[in-house]
Amino acid sequence: MKLVIAIIQPHKLEEVKDQLYRAEVNLITVSEVLGHGRQKGVTEVYRGHKETGNLLRKIRLEIAVNDNYLEPTIKAITKGAKTGETGDGKIFVLDLEECVRIRTEERGSLAIG
Amino acid sequence: MNSGDTAWVLISAALVLLMTPGLAFFYGGMVRRKNVLSVLMQCFIIMCVLGIQWVLFGYSLSFHPGNGFWGGLQWAGLNGVSLEPYTDYAGTIPHQAFMIFQAMFAIITPALIIGAFAERMKFSAFLIFTLFWATFVYDPLCHWVWGMGGWLRNLGALDFAGGTVVHINAGIAALVTAIILGKRTNLDKNVPAPHNLPFVALGTGLLWFGWFGFNAGSALAANGLAVNAFVVTTTSASAAGLSWALIEWFRNGKPTIFGVCSGAVAGLVAITPAAGFVSVIPAIIIGLLVSVFCFIAVTIIKPLFGYDDSLDAFGVHCIGGIWGALATGLFASKLVNPAGNDGLFFGNPKQILIQLATVLVTVIYTAVVTFVIYKLVDIFVGVRVDEKTEAMGLDLTQHHERAYTVLE
Repeated sequence: MKLVIAIIQPHKLEEVKDQLYRAEVNLITVSEVLGHGRQKGVTEVYRGHKETGNLLRKIRLEIAVNDNYLEPTIKAITKGAKTGETGDGKIFVLDLEECVRIRTEERGSLAIG
Repeated sequence: MNSGDTAWVLISAALVLLMTPGLAFFYGGMVRRKNVLSVLMQCFIIMCVLGIQWVLFGYSLSFHPGNGFWGGLQWAGLNGVSLEPYTDYAGTIPHQAFMIFQAMFAIITPALIIGAFAERMKFSAFLIFTLFWATFVYDPLCHWVWGMGGWLRNLGALDFAGGTVVHINAGIAALVTAIILGKRTNLDKNVPAPHNLPFVALGTGLLWFGWFGFNAGSALAANGLAVNAFVVTTTSASAAGLSWALIEWFRNGKPTIFGVCSGAVAGLVAITPAAGFVSVIPAIIIGLLVSVFCFIAVTIIKPLFGYDDSLDAFGVHCIGGIWGALATGLFASKLVNPAGNDGLFFGNPKQILIQLATVLVTVIYTAVVTFVIYKLVDIFVGVRVDEKTEAMGLDLTQHHERAYTVLE
């Protein structure tokens, strides 16, 4: 089991969701986060006071998958989120030790799907 | 000179000014949060730019007697616009009181168009477009309908508070800009939800409140006619808000606050040309029906043709305005206003034809000149922001500000 964490551009969320559904990955958690990588943030000016390097809005996806779904998931996120410009984001893959479905108390790969 | 009249017109001018910030919140709540400041900014900068344009030359172009087609520049810089009454427009208030009341109409009209091109227009292009549009579309049309010697005025068109000059005019300009500017990116995948419906409700409240100045103030006196306009204005808004909610309830299963707000604004639009000519029962009919027409325009016609009138400036203001102009030709009565005329239902079928002709002239003139101005601005500065800017939002890219922080 793997946990896929992806940081993407906010406006790419719909396309990524679309691609994930096509890859039959239906279980995702989405949160709004701030951050910047090489894109180096944005400049904001308030009453002449200039703030550079401010954090940009990003979307964070968390998806728990069984091993055979890992590659399709990565492909779907990449396909949906890629523009080729800096700021497209990153995908992190972590080993997932356990997963419990609360309603049935099922565990492991059965609980993920 | 009458101190009561003067006081009422000055207060009305302030009420109408407040409608533009009201509109800013009405529209600002409907856009995505990355663009809310851009909408507020567009509304507020119009108050600044047109506030100056009007006293420098806009008022003169619109209201100096001139000829049938334009007012001329004799009153430029308010030269000759005194603190004494100018009896051709209003005999009991200072000429400058009339002038500043009209200024607020000149400000809100181009602000209405913002709803059509929200979330994708370059700020610099917007500024140039607005200034030219006010000068070459609003000012001439205002002269034709309201100015001394204006040819539509002489034709006998009834437009009490600006159904034609303000709402049909802005609504048609909205449709033209929405069509030639094109859709917002990714719209087919995801129609963005309004980011703050409480703002929409707040804006509606401010508009409704300000509209008393807009319509009842257009009597230009604190008299019975003003009271009639006041009563029918709020009645029509009530009827239309209720009607929109009921339509949603029957059609979609649930009434919405967004629907009530849209309906109330449509009701205010529709009663605008009629406010000084119709009584209260026609006002209820005008209000109940305007929501039907506008609802069809925004939920059926817009998707059918696929233009992206983002915040329904055309669907509410133009459709509501046209219905109001025609309804004036149906329901107008000399019993309400001896200076007006009777409509179809009061034995004068000719009035509806005059109203129809005025609507057609407005639609054609505004559409053509708006198109030309848009194309010229597009050639010289480019009207639409690029795709990346649109994705990041206009607040950060056009103004280096954001409305909401995520961390403290």
